Amino acid sequence: MSRVAYVNARLLDPASGLDSPGTLLCDGELVSDFGPELFKDGVPEGTNVVDCKGFCLMPGLVDMRVQLREPGEEYKGTLESAGRTASAGGVTSMVCLPNTNPVIDDMSVLEFVARRARKLGLAKVHSYGAVTKGLEGKELAEIGLLWNSGALAFTDGIKPVSDARILGQALSYASNFGQMIIQHAEEPSLARGGVMNSGETATRLGLSGIPREAEIIMVERDIRLAEMTRGRLHFAHLSTSDSIDVVRKAKARGLNITCDTAPPYFALSEIAVGDYRTFAKLSPPLRTDSDRLAVIEGLKDGTIDTIASDHAPHDEESKRLPFANAAFGGVGLETLLAVTLELFHNGHLDLLSTLKLITSAPSELLGLKAGRLKKGSPADLTLIDINRGWKVDADAMQSISKNSPFDGRPVQGSVLMTIIDGRVVFEHKA
Amino acid sequence: MVKTATCAFRKASLLCRFMSEFASGKIRFPHSHLLGIEGLTSNVISLLLDCAENFVEHNRQTDNKLSSLSGRTIINLFFEESTRTRTSFELAAKQLGANVINMSVATSSVKKGETLIDTAMTLNAMHPDVLVVRHSESGAVKLLSEKVNCAVINAGDGRHEHPTQALLDALTIRRRKGHISGLLVAICGDIAHSRVARSNIHLLNAMGAQVRLIAPKTLIPSSIAKMGVEVFNNMEEGLQDCDIVMMLRLQSERMSSGFFPSIREYFHFFGLDYKKLANAKDDALIMHPGPMNRGVEIASEVADDLGRSAIREQVEMGVAVRMACLELLTAISTKGNGT
Repeated sequence: MSRVAYVNARLLDPASGLDSPGTLLCDGELVSDFGPELFKDGVPEGTNVVDCKGFCLMPGLVDMRVQLREPGEEYKGTLESAGRTASAGGVTSMVCLPNTNPVIDDMSVLEFVARRARKLGLAKVHSYGAVTKGLEGKELAEIGLLWNSGALAFTDGIKPVSDARILGQALSYASNFGQMIIQHAEEPSLARGGVMNSGETATRLGLSGIPREAEIIMVERDIRLAEMTRGRLHFAHLSTSDSIDVVRKAKARGLNITCDTAPPYFALSEIAVGDYRTFAKLSPPLRTDSDRLAVIEGLKDGTIDTIASDHAPHDEESKRLPFANAAFGGVGLETLLAVTLELFHNGHLDLLSTLKLITSAPSELLGLKAGRLKKGSPADLTLIDINRGWKVDADAMQSISKNSPFDGRPVQGSVLMTIIDGRVVFEHKA
Repeated sequence: MVKTATCAFRKASLLCRFMSEFASGKIRFPHSHLLGIEGLTSNVISLLLDCAENFVEHNRQTDNKLSSLSGRTIINLFFEESTRTRTSFELAAKQLGANVINMSVATSSVKKGETLIDTAMTLNAMHPDVLVVRHSESGAVKLLSEKVNCAVINAGDGRHEHPTQALLDALTIRRRKGHISGLLVAICGDIAHSRVARSNIHLLNAMGAQVRLIAPKTLIPSSIAKMGVEVFNNMEEGLQDCDIVMMLRLQSERMSSGFFPSIREYFHFFGLDYKKLANAKDDALIMHPGPMNRGVEIASEVADDLGRSAIREQVEMGVAVRMACLELLTAISTKGNGT
């Protein structure tokens, strides 16, 4: 196997706190060595050399919430498209929601996704299993068997498990296997018919609102259920100051509750809906600016454990509609890094703490080995220029679907190269 | 210039002068579509009202056909049922000599949006001069306006805006009261689901009136006070000293979704009868966009009180206002590059 030395790099490893100039050596698929001292006196003969020109070489990003659309809705996105999109975004491992068609509530679908993804050799794809059969919220899916087949955690995807009894049983049963339930917290009867955050903008636009309380109430309820069952609970994409505060207090009480958020919730507010911009129609809906600031606070004080892209590709026909009829969700794999880096550029977090939220933090949460630099680990890396400014252009994206809520946004920080199992799968064309 | 026009247009003979000033570019309508009242300045609103004022007098004459829109094509594209508004637009367009085509597009519940864009593209290819569009979803008319290159008039989109209704209400008020500025106007009823309320709030605020909303709390949308209104949940208090009482239509399906328990109870607390009306000024004007639910939001005797109720006059003003909108919008749009 070939040996490649990435020289003249700024090595970043958020997990260990490493931030130093140095060299990283890949031997075939694995990282065989790295550090400031490595090959200080020159790279030995027979080793290929890649000059990183001082840019940051770091573990590939781990994205714990993406929707893949394959099988079932290949016109919106495929595993291949997601793989290429992820590579362009520096993501080397991602975890997909079970809301495919058929649903990942059965081992065979889980194995299909894993097999297809392995064949493609792009970003590594892991799956969550469904909590309930058909995501219908009624009967438990085969949580144990799905876990055996490699499901990383359990969720009903973009739907909440709304029946308190079922959620309690799921939390309790999944804890047999040490498995976590991931909840999309939104009280369905309160959110019913709503298409954006309740408030002044919704009222002015004449759109039905989803009150913030829909999220807050369910987070409050579910924490009680987790406490009652001693189950392991994680909240996906929290978007309000109050729900984050509820989690903060639960953590302070010593409960094993975790949560994540997604870039739109700390970078955008409901103002982005503007004049019925359907690309800004997300679930949960974009909230007020004070909620946005509270999400940043939650990231700073560690209440929010990770950031996930919440990648939700939709074709033009699902978005080019009157706002109320358009689909919820936005693509995010290609903007995850740049928008997350705003936390660093705006002075909210230091560089390594920022990057940790999209590398080792989600990886550790899900029990993966990815997201850190380690000798003997697969060489899943990304080379980034943290300062390069560019403008998000949906049309220029790798993704089949172009529905980015960040379209047109000037951002800072871009992916120069992505390496998976030692192979270069993406290179930025200047 | 707009102000001098206001009084001058009482005489129909001056219509020609207005039109010639308009044609010569002295008066200009600064928008390519009429999608809503929000964003229109008081000058532009006055321009529309002045122009409409002319047509009121003109329409009352026997030989009243005009030809300023001769050779122009207006398409009434209604994705939502309507008789009154569509007829009003049709008559307005015909009075101006335009060709009018009415299209009612049955809305299939699933594929509404596809129908919208596809229909817009198809109609656009026929090069109409104006599309008059009504749709059940907020924002749908704006979306459509982005896909066509002719002028678009919003004839009501979801619960967002219904600008010609607000304009005809304003014209009615101006003719009865002589001015809009400084009046105390109460809008009563199903504010939450009403595009008429939203357009009227924007217009009345722009023209310097003071707006009150009166409804049960379940029918008041969140944060509406930020639109510059005062909110009341009690008719007697809210109507105190009002110059204008605008009633809104209450759709009975709101009852089943829990906004209020029964028609009987609604009328008891929020229906307009003489007893509640007594709280308003003695000469308070009663308005309703129609169609009315007698005995639900308004008592028949109040609705039919010719001394107090301007409801029939509103219908007449509707034609004049829509003529003004068509006239002003077509003057700047030329086929092919209207947007």
